[in-house]
Formats: sequence, structure tokens, C-alpha cells
Amino acid sequence: MLRVRPLARPDESPFALTLRAKNTERIYCLNAAAERQGLRRGMSFADARAFCPDLLSQPARPDLDARFLATLRRWATRYCPWVGYEGEDGLVLDVTGSTHLWGGEAEMLADMQARARRAGLTLRLGLGETRGAAWAFAHFGDGQAGLTALPVAALRLEDRMVTALERLGLRTIGDLSAAARAPLARRFGPELLLRLDQAMGDIPEPTMPESEPPRFAVRMSLPEPIGLAEDVMGITARLLAPLCDKLKAQEMGARRLTLTLRRVDQGSPEVELRLAAPMRDPHRILPLFTRGVGEVDAGFGIDQIRLEATQVEPLPVQQIGSRHIGAAAQAPDRLNDLITRIGTRIGLEQIQRFLPADSHIPERAFTMAAAAFSTPDSAWALPGPRPLRQFPPEPIASHGAGHGAGHGAGHGAGQGAEPPARFRWRRMTLSTGRAVGPERIAPEWWLPDENWRSGLRDYWRIETREGRRLWLYYTPQNPGWFVQGEFA
Amino acid sequence: MRVDFDKVFPLRRARVHEVFGPGAMSFAAISFATMAGHGAGQGAGLWIRESWLSDGLTPQGLLPFFDPAQLLLARPKDQIDALSVAEEALRDGVLPFVVIEITRALNLREGRRLQLAAKAGGATGLCLIPEGMGSNAAETRWQAAPLFDPEGNPARQDSTLMRWEIKKNKSGTLGAWNVRWDPKARRVHVVSPVAERPGAAGAPAGPAG
Repeated sequence: MLRVRPLARPDESPFALTLRAKNTERIYCLNAAAERQGLRRGMSFADARAFCPDLLSQPARPDLDARFLATLRRWATRYCPWVGYEGEDGLVLDVTGSTHLWGGEAEMLADMQARARRAGLTLRLGLGETRGAAWAFAHFGDGQAGLTALPVAALRLEDRMVTALERLGLRTIGDLSAAARAPLARRFGPELLLRLDQAMGDIPEPTMPESEPPRFAVRMSLPEPIGLAEDVMGITARLLAPLCDKLKAQEMGARRLTLTLRRVDQGSPEVELRLAAPMRDPHRILPLFTRGVGEVDAGFGIDQIRLEATQVEPLPVQQIGSRHIGAAAQAPDRLNDLITRIGTRIGLEQIQRFLPADSHIPERAFTMAAAAFSTPDSAWALPGPRPLRQFPPEPIASHGAGHGAGHGAGHGAGQGAEPPARFRWRRMTLSTGRAVGPERIAPEWWLPDENWRSGLRDYWRIETREGRRLWLYYTPQNPGWFVQGEFA
Repeated sequence: MRVDFDKVFPLRRARVHEVFGPGAMSFAAISFATMAGHGAGQGAGLWIRESWLSDGLTPQGLLPFFDPAQLLLARPKDQIDALSVAEEALRDGVLPFVVIEITRALNLREGRRLQLAAKAGGATGLCLIPEGMGSNAAETRWQAAPLFDPEGNPARQDSTLMRWEIKKNKSGTLGAWNVRWDPKARRVHVVSPVAERPGAAGAPAGPAG
């Protein structure tokens, strides 16, 4: 059993980490100096400041603590393969059969302490015959006392139960095990005896080792620095093969790959490859790196190359039916490769497709989605004539009123709700040959839109005698005519 | 010397063409429908358009021509990126049709690179160019302008009468046609070949400025 106490250097001033829970700042963790001042965990921070005015504090980051504990767990696998978590701040190691590798139990604990101290950590170690005993030694042991001499709190009991036991005069584990079991079970329920038996070894308690999360990273160190792009590609090819095997074993596909090239001068340029679809075929991935590798400055040479799949997605193994073999099956793959190649140049989000959206506002009746992260959808609705090209509304000047004022002479240009017979748009004088409409579109009140402040719109399809077929609208609540699109 | 429309219009494959004029986008949409309409799956064509341009295609407007789900859009930040994307897509050839919106004149090298990429990949390219910014490497250059249809049916609301004129043709002669898109049959109808003499009736060249 191994317990980590951060920030426990003796020569420091009182320091505490605070965590906001249930609308109160409470002390989450504190160092030894703060404990000597009479502070304890769970105390409200305001009280703690009153006890100890020079208390330094920082907000706690339980997520980072958990990540640190995960790192430490990985480190602890050097002592034995069975390493699991114990609470939020502990690790449990099942060292059965591996202590002799370190020369004995005491030597192993000393090695742990020495390595942790070098890393600036203070460990509380406890080694026992059972998991419960190890917990007790780690939390309450002082090195000499046996298990029976430890207080009942060392049995992983609730505070309430510990208080009740102490009131009964059962202060140590030895007292408890000597007491009659039946009244204890009636008084405290089965949990107390379960904990006692687990600590004594009468009931087994297994250690659950955390499974190692698969890591999709491979690296190669080179005896001599290399600088040619072909050499780097060659190494990348050799790294890709085991990486893709790993991905295949986990039924995953890489979505984002990072190639880190460590140079001899300590620089480490990275080549990032974002794929349009999850992929684990080395022959297809390798050519996609060509562009990125070609842009890297090799400096005095590269002596270590690391390839990591930084983002993976499930990619189940698929059976290839005989009728799918051939060009038809290749097309989506080839398209995805093309999207990836273009994406390395302009960004994967910049390759888009139209998707239908549920709105009658012409600007919102479709959305643009990144092609790599969406599937095509053909459920298009056509409520009325829609232009081929749409642009931000441009006010028009009717020929009579705005003559000479030219382009953009704006408001009050059209006369009333009927389309103007002649108007100016983009420095062109146009006359209406045929007008079809109106199609009234009301703004969506639940989505305020700056452009729809002018209220209702009556859309007209205007065929001009000059040829252009325009999409005009009139705003009856705020009279004005605008051009918003052009038909084919 | 009149060339048949069928000889020039479904644009010659594995080449890069150019179109300009107010009807250029309609021309591109119709070409897309005739070239890429066979691939039912996703992504039968790519439309490259610089990301800073504020106006744009509407998928509903494309519906009479083809299913917008077939279209992929690339939004590069400038023309250099646009050309590199176009070259990449043409050379790959998995998308049979690539539309590039050009915002500045191409030089001969750029036009030639696109042409070679199209030949290598077997894809067809179409550049939407501002007037007068064509490249000499283009296979054909078209001018497209919408026309007012005097006998159009107002109830149908879908007259698409256009005047298409071929201004440059590397492997044939020039010509001009009044055409109309038939959304049901999904093909182009030639209404009438435009008379070749200058000032022909019924053929105003584009909008009166």
C-alpha cells in the first residue's frame, strides 16, 4: 500500500489546497506545517484562515491529481504487475512473489521511498499480509506496532462507527477481535466484521489491477542522425507497420497522427496528419505524410522519430464481400485519401458539404458541415423558387426615384409592394420583364437575427428584360427593396 | 462553319475549361449535372471557392440540376491554395468534376499545370474566371449569359434560357447557342442556334450596362 502526500516538506510554511464544494471553500489537502497549526481536511477555508492567518492556499485540481496518480500507478508497475487504485490518493500493489527481486520486503520499501524522495514525493508505505492490513499500516502504522495495536479507525470504517466503538471501549483492532462477534454484528451490522475479517485475512480481498490503456505510439532511436526526406519516410514506414498492427489488434483506426522528429540540437518539429476517416492501413497512410515531412527543417540531423496516433476512433474489422472487391469499394477510400491530402493544405474543416436544415429562412435552410465529420443527406425541401447564388441583401434604387444617385441609393427606392418596373442594381439599369411572387417569409422570432430586423419579407422572382433573373424581396414593415440572389 | 453543340458541350473530359459572364455559375452547375451526374454516391464533384467570398451557392438552387449531396466544397484561404487543391483533386481523379472559382488572372504555367493534372487524373476541370482573365492553356472558353425568355410560361417559374457562346476552342470551331435546362430530363435543350452575323436579332450579349 502506498499513499502519496504532496507538499509535505517540513521546512515550509502552512499551505493548503482548497476545493469549492456545496458552496463553501473547504480545505482539500494541506501540508504538515498547516496540520501543526491545528488545521485539518474538510475544514472550511474561512475557519482555517482564522486559525492561521498566514496560510497560503491554492485551488485544488482533482482532475490533475487523478492524472498524476495514474502516472504514479504506471511507475509502480516496476515493482509488480498487480497495481490498482486505492481511493483517490493511494495505490495498492499485490507484491506476492515479486519481493525477492528486490532482495526482500524491507529492501523493496526502501527502494520505493528512495525513488519517491528523489522525485520530491513523500510516500506512506504499509505492507501487510492482507489488503486491509496494508491499508491500516499505511494510514496508521508507525513502524513498530503490530496490526492488533492499531486503532479501530485503521479498519476503513465510517467515522460514526469509529466513535461508537471507542465509546464502547473497543479502541484497538486487538480489542475488537477479542470481543464477541454476535453482539457486534447486531449492533453495527455486517460491515464491521467484514472489514475486520478482511484485515485479519479470514475473508479474501482481491487487488484489481487497472488494465493498461492501449498506447498507440512507437518510436525509433537512430545510431546516426539522418536528414534526407526519403530516409525519414523510410523510418516512418517502419514505424507505421507496428502502429497499424496495434490499431488492428484493438480494432481502432487513427484519426490524427503526430510524427515527432527529434533533432540533434534538441528541437523537435512535429508533423501532424489529420485523416478524413479512421484508417489503419500503412500503405495508405504513408503517402499522406509526404507533404508534411517535406516541410520539416532537419537542421543538423534527426536522431529519434516518434509516431503517435493522438486521436483514434473505433474501426471494426469488416468482411470484404466478393462483390465489393474492385473499383467500387476503392472509391470511398480514395475520396477520403483525397480529402486528407487537401486537408493537410487548407485544413480538414475547410472541405465541406451542404446539409439540409429545418428552417424556412433561406440563409438557414442549409448548413455547411466538414465533409470528414458528416455523412451526406439528400432530404432537401424546396418551398419555393430558390436562387442558385445567394448574397448578402443589396438595396436597389428604382430607376425613377434614385436616378443619378447610382448604386446603393437605398431606402424607399421601390414604389410600394409591387416590384419596380425599372431599377438599378450593381450599376446596371434593369427593367422587369416578368415577376413571380410574392412568397412571404416571416422571421424566426426564436432566433434573433440582425439581418431580419426589418421584419417580414415578400420574395419575388424577377426576370429582367436584360436577362438577369434576380431574387428580390420587399419588406412591408420597413419599406424597401433588396436583391438577395440570382437564379440560373 | 457551324459546329454542332453536341460536339462541344458535354465538356471534353480530362481537360480544363473556362467560363465567364453573368451566367458562369449556371454553366458550371449544368456542366456538373452532365459530367458528374452518374456517380450516385457521395462526392461526385468538388467546388473550390475562396473562403473570404461572402456570396455563395445555395443547395436548394442546385436542386434542379443535381443532388447537392454529390457536391463537396473546398474553402481555401487564397488563390494559391485554391490552385493547389484543384491540382491535387484533378490529378487524383476520384472526383470526376472540379470547379475552381478564379479571382485573379492565371499565368500560363498555372493554367498548364492544371491542364496536365487533369490529363493525368482523367478529371474535368472548369474555371470560373472574371472576364478577360483567361489562361491560354484552357481547352475551351465559354461566355454564358442569361436571356429574357419572352414566351416563357410564368406559371412554370423556371425559365433558364441562356446564351452560351464558345469563345476559344483548341480542337474545333466556335459557335453560339441559346439553350435551356430541362430539369425533368436533366439535359440541355438547344433552343436555336444563334445567327452568326453580327447584331443578330434576339441575342443581346449579356446585361446592358
